Amino acid sequence: MELTQLSISQVQTGLKKKKFSSVELVNSSLEKIKKNNPKINAFLTVCEKEALVEAAQADKEINKIDKPLLGIPIAVKDIFCTKGIRTTAAAKVLENYIPVYDATAVKKLKEAGAIIIGKTNLDAWAHGSSGENSDFGPTQNPWNENYVPGGSSSGSAAAMAAQMAFGALGTDTGGSIRLPASFCGVLGLKPTYGRISRYGVIAMASSLDTVGCFGKEVRDLAILLEVMAGHDEYDATTPKQAVPNYQQNLDKKKPKLKIGLPKEYFSQGLEKKVEEKIREAIKKLEKQGIEMIEVSLPHTPYALAVYYLIQPSEVSSNLARYDGLRYGFDRTFFSDEAKRRIMLGTYALSAGYYEAYYLKAMKVRTLIKKDFEEAFKKVDLLLTPVSPTLPFKIGEKIADPLKMYLSDIYTVTANLAGIPGLAIPAGLVDGLPVGFQFLGPQFSEELLFQVAYQYEQLV
Amino acid sequence: MKKISNLTEQEVKHVAKLAKLNLTPQEVKKFQEQLSEVLTYIEILKEVKTEKVEPTSQVTSLENIFRKDQDQASLSQKEVLSGTKETHQGFFKIKRILNND
Repeated sequence: MELTQLSISQVQTGLKKKKFSSVELVNSSLEKIKKNNPKINAFLTVCEKEALVEAAQADKEINKIDKPLLGIPIAVKDIFCTKGIRTTAAAKVLENYIPVYDATAVKKLKEAGAIIIGKTNLDAWAHGSSGENSDFGPTQNPWNENYVPGGSSSGSAAAMAAQMAFGALGTDTGGSIRLPASFCGVLGLKPTYGRISRYGVIAMASSLDTVGCFGKEVRDLAILLEVMAGHDEYDATTPKQAVPNYQQNLDKKKPKLKIGLPKEYFSQGLEKKVEEKIREAIKKLEKQGIEMIEVSLPHTPYALAVYYLIQPSEVSSNLARYDGLRYGFDRTFFSDEAKRRIMLGTYALSAGYYEAYYLKAMKVRTLIKKDFEEAFKKVDLLLTPVSPTLPFKIGEKIADPLKMYLSDIYTVTANLAGIPGLAIPAGLVDGLPVGFQFLGPQFSEELLFQVAYQYEQLV
Repeated sequence: MKKISNLTEQEVKHVAKLAKLNLTPQEVKKFQEQLSEVLTYIEILKEVKTEKVEPTSQVTSLENIFRKDQDQASLSQKEVLSGTKETHQGFFKIKRILNND
């Protein structure tokens, strides 16, 4: 077995037992990156020198200090500020930007001993569902180079699928972790809004932006969340709620578990082959004695419209700071998708239209949130598709923004309601990965992990 | 909601000006078409009755998060200026942004 195939928990054990060293681990990741990155384009920056120095240090400490991620290479989406390492958001505007501080999530990873192996590609400013909006070229899907890996955390998902890192960081504003996880056949967690600090993450839409992670196994997601979650005085949306020991309770099973299947997510627009694959997963869970109940979230058909008002409005505000005066280039460096969203948001917030657009969207957001609250009175979790379609071809939707936006139709709801979602591979159709997601009430990550873990044991 | 789905060229130019974006004539045409399509899609929200619904601007239910008003360590002047090429006596040096008239 190659080192790069191992999960984080396997690597933890291997390092402690001195089966291999951190330097060997870093080299195994670097080899994969050198071999495949010129094609896949998952990484924008590879931190080879720094990573090898840190690995040598980790090898000295491995049996002296107990840190959960000591010596383990992790990939970081290039939207997290990393001290001294170029951070671009895959946008030309920030092509030469070198932050002077670490994002809190990155800081916590480093404190846990993780080695930042590199910064991954994304749709510029995290605007996109395919990875094609990167100003530094699209990322390819490692399963088939003609297909998109999903976005916006395209590089992190592709890096995981191509075994270039043992875990990866992403952000999810409307599906940007779950969609690429699903398209690349890896696990992706979008936690509850506020569970992980957003400090030092280049802001897209502040009421929706959520920091999360990718992994090969459910346990790996639990390890990463445990490290990164918690209150941060630099992000007022992080509550002082205790972080559970997610790993410890992974194999617990909630008795009489009920999972809801929202009928609006299994209706027209869902590709038949995708649905069949997800129904197979549902059957496996049913055989475990989990009760499946059809539920309704009646305002689902309005979610994408709500999202495409609130998100661009917040984007227009957040991107207003890029004036090229203190760092970065000026606004002539914005590419098309950023311009579209800035203009859409500026329009929706402008005098005379605010009430008809932004205020209306915020009100419908309330109804969408209430739909979930009602559903979670009847069931513990929901199970839905991640994407209505299989991964699509590079170039297929790039000229039609609305068609591209519709890729997020099943994922934006979780961001509007602030609830967690966990995307899980369901298998392959025509050689391409299909995923489904569990959605739960706010701060139900522990239960999401347990049910996902139970499913993982079945496949 | 007002019927506003079809953006005019003038509106596109106006919005671009508000957002300080310079558009070529071809871009104005392209964005006019694309943004109109998105705005038409968004009209679906007219179907939803929201007279008695409160807006949701954030989902945390946290309110009034303050810290103690104490001074803290901050970035050094050198660090703050590290992202710019042109400085003058510890300040950012930028082009004039206001005209005399």
